[in-house]
Amino acid sequence: MSLLPFVQWLADTSGSVALRESLYVYPLVESVHVLTLCVFLGMAVMFDLRLLGITLTTVPTSQLKKRLGPWITGGFIVMMTTGVLLLYANPMRSYQSLWFRMKMVALALAGVNAFVFHRTIDQRIAEWDEDPVPPSAARFAGARSLVLWTIVVVAGRMIAYNWFDCDRQPQPGIVNTLAGCVVLSAGAR
Amino acid sequence: MLLAFCQWVSTTAVGQAINMSSWAFAVIESVHLLGLAVIGGAVLMLDLRLLGLGLRDQPIARIARDAQPWLTGSLIVMLFTGVLLFSSEPIKCYNSTPFRVKMSSLVLAMIFAFTVRRKVALAGDGQVPVVWLKIVAIVSLVLWLGVGASGRWIGFSA
Repeated sequence: MSLLPFVQWLADTSGSVALRESLYVYPLVESVHVLTLCVFLGMAVMFDLRLLGITLTTVPTSQLKKRLGPWITGGFIVMMTTGVLLLYANPMRSYQSLWFRMKMVALALAGVNAFVFHRTIDQRIAEWDEDPVPPSAARFAGARSLVLWTIVVVAGRMIAYNWFDCDRQPQPGIVNTLAGCVVLSAGAR
Repeated sequence: MLLAFCQWVSTTAVGQAINMSSWAFAVIESVHLLGLAVIGGAVLMLDLRLLGLGLRDQPIARIARDAQPWLTGSLIVMLFTGVLLFSSEPIKCYNSTPFRVKMSSLVLAMIFAFTVRRKVALAGDGQVPVVWLKIVAIVSLVLWLGVGASGRWIGFSA
């Protein structure tokens, strides 16, 4: 089972073509996607740094959650909306991009990390809320978050580069496999 | 004179080394982008507080002091990676209107951040009328948004 036929169909829809070829809307969506990084990731990084006990150490962690949470959530919604639009504009290129796939994996792991944090050590936040340096489970959650979001950002930026693109053959077999490239066999070529 | 400077930069070893490498520009750009997230967080945290949003249970001066090292640190990373990016395409930058807008906003944003905004934020709550706190925050946000938006636009108007 492959998503490829669906992705190809999506790429040919009029909306996708219009967005991809638009003179101003596409760059605008992309700019909003990049600049909202400041709101979403900027605030999330500050929260992670608090979990690591290296900034705002006199502020209870729950206060950061309460006050920065809405900005993180709001920023995330804008990131997802513009991200989905960018994906809609470039379905084939994204789907067969090693970097895009890496970004999606890191994004999913960041989500799992946040979910696990919320379900475990965050449940007992009352016990460590005012600690300048939170317990190790919280610190590790913050560190994992920073690493995963770094991968999301870097892999996201790299999507623009064509080193591992399917239409640049020959590529190492591992690249073709991971990027989902459809490569004709040597004989057929 | 600016053109002569840009022409000289294009002959330096650093710029040429970045251009020779297929991945150096991309890597430096990524670090520049990661710096954006941190500088965005540091700027926003204080500006939101000045607007009475975000960490509003905390004194302004505390937020200002906690945000300061992240602002300075990320600014250093941004300037360093920014200079490297510039060194790899100085003539393109010279001819780019968005780049000129970015540099002008950047100078204003930095001066504002380390003078007026810093003074106002460290003055302590109640020392400066609320309306002025808000004006300072809005000026700061507009200047930094100008830097970011025109920066993104350099890549579109090649």
